[in-house]
Amino acid sequence: MDLAQITYLVVGCSFALYIVIAIWARADSTQEFYVAGGGINPVANGMATAADWMSAASFISMAGLIGISYNGYGGSVFLMGWTGGYVILAMLVAPYLRKYGKFTVPEFIGDRYYSDAARVVAVLCLVLCSVTYVIGQMKGIGVAFSRFLETDYETGLYTGMVIVFFYAVLGGMKGITYTQIAQYVVLITAYTVPAIFISLQLTGNPIPQLGLGSTLQGGDTYLLDKLDQILLDTGFKEYTTTLRYSTLNMVAFTASLMIGTAGLPHVIIRFFTVPKASDARRSAGWALVFIAILYTTAPAVAAMARLNIMQTIEPAPNSPMTIADRPEWFKTWEQTGLLAIEDKNGDGKLQYRADPTENELVTLDNDILVLANPEIARLPNWVIALVAAGGLAAALSTAAGLLLAISSAISHDLLKRTFMPSISERGELNASRGAMALAVFGAGYLGLNPPGFAAGTVALAFGLAASSIFPALVMGIFSTRITREGAIAGMLCGLGVTLFYVFQHKGIMFVSDWRYLTGLGERWFFGIEPNAFGCIGAGLNFLVAIAVSAVTREPPASIQSLVEGIRLP
Amino acid sequence: MTPLTPVQRAAYWRRNRNLMMKLMVIWFLVSFIFGILLVDQLNLIRWGGYKLGFWFAQQGSIYVFIALIFYYVRAMRKLDKEFGLDAE
Repeated sequence: MDLAQITYLVVGCSFALYIVIAIWARADSTQEFYVAGGGINPVANGMATAADWMSAASFISMAGLIGISYNGYGGSVFLMGWTGGYVILAMLVAPYLRKYGKFTVPEFIGDRYYSDAARVVAVLCLVLCSVTYVIGQMKGIGVAFSRFLETDYETGLYTGMVIVFFYAVLGGMKGITYTQIAQYVVLITAYTVPAIFISLQLTGNPIPQLGLGSTLQGGDTYLLDKLDQILLDTGFKEYTTTLRYSTLNMVAFTASLMIGTAGLPHVIIRFFTVPKASDARRSAGWALVFIAILYTTAPAVAAMARLNIMQTIEPAPNSPMTIADRPEWFKTWEQTGLLAIEDKNGDGKLQYRADPTENELVTLDNDILVLANPEIARLPNWVIALVAAGGLAAALSTAAGLLLAISSAISHDLLKRTFMPSISERGELNASRGAMALAVFGAGYLGLNPPGFAAGTVALAFGLAASSIFPALVMGIFSTRITREGAIAGMLCGLGVTLFYVFQHKGIMFVSDWRYLTGLGERWFFGIEPNAFGCIGAGLNFLVAIAVSAVTREPPASIQSLVEGIRLP
Repeated sequence: MTPLTPVQRAAYWRRNRNLMMKLMVIWFLVSFIFGILLVDQLNLIRWGGYKLGFWFAQQGSIYVFIALIFYYVRAMRKLDKEFGLDAE
């Protein structure tokens, strides 16, 4: 069997599995549709949360971001930020919201701040951050299909939409939970198998986390020392010590990703599916275990694949490979545009250098590190097929979780709780299915016609979650004194200032012509980059909410007892 | 389960908050302090092929995060039992 056939087989089998699960796990009530009946085992929910959380970006892009763009150490912001958030989630957010025992995040905010306006503002924040996030997943599905199965981008996207439609509309949270468990198994296998192979080849140690700290095969040079040396020789900066801009920027970036994680609605609602508040804590711990398997492997993949690429291009110092003799995978990936070379000095050899005037590897996309990793390491075809199925699993599982967060905010918070309180249970279940169908089509449309802002979406989603939703939740749980006026003003200020800073750098809605105040220069706020600004927005949200609450009438007594109630398990 | 008196509730909440505070200090220490602010100093220490600061930033902090959550789960289970809040 050739590569294409194996890939079709592996991806086809994984899809068939998701459909079987969807038919088996149909939702019959709104409780099943929104929170899977509330009876999911905490370990199983941890696994589903891990799949829900790890998106196409974690699976396909993160290792490349660490290994290439952020040049090693700088990429630590993703590793610490996207895992450290679970500590906050387990201690400050998840158990209390589970104890509250409702269906959505805006529902808690609306009730705690005794205000439909707060509920609607929360829905707005949720929809903004989930929609921007889901576009990235839809694009990931289209791209994975077109690269591995050689279909058009559109065909890939439609296939993905049909699959998600099937199990999300039919099964709601219940169907999504069980498919996410299956998707986790697929994606983690697909991520670790190539990593084990490549670690064995380079260091003789099958565990990538240990291989990264080991010596290279047939010598006593440590892998990381070798990589540092090669990068310095070719004019790059040292892998193990290079900062992302500055120490302060790294602190802000890590903090923003951490609190963004703890404020993302599609992650929080996963903890509504377990039986008790204490299960929510345990479940967050298991989620982090399952996530950490990928997140501690990723830095090994990053360094090892970077080393492999450097050594393929320049096997020994100052004797780069001849362009005509480049390996087959090089040519394949050039066709996709992820790699491009240009023989600037005309010597027929490929010089990969830090200096842009000398560098002849003119394009080296971050995604190449994971996507081409099996080919670079000359692994068998079934491993490549597995990576395709894993990338699709990561994108599908996250897309489904996001779509549920969006549709439940519309059918439950906007219809049931705000505009049509008399709607029946059956009516609400149908409305939630309808909202889900709409959300799938909407996301598909945006995936087919990606707006200019698609590129910056993940940054925006985290910035919004960090600066608007997270502070409102934490203050709602830890203070009885924050008033509805304070919470609304805080959310709007946090949201506003984060959007202001991001759009000032990238243009309104990421249209680069719509930039403003360009005279301020890049990263003018203490050298903090726009992606790292969420924590500043969150800080402002806290300050404004506390200040406004101090001068407005304190919340009614019923809110006091609501807050005291959620503090007990 | 017998309902707690207001004094007991306040005590339960205070113990929970103190525990969280302690664990958040460790959380801050392994990520922001060891992984970022003191990374250069720690990098002078080697652990096999790893510089220690780099190891904390890309591996160690994550392992500590997991340990923190499970420690919290266990400590809270004990606290719940002490206050008679663990009944189904």
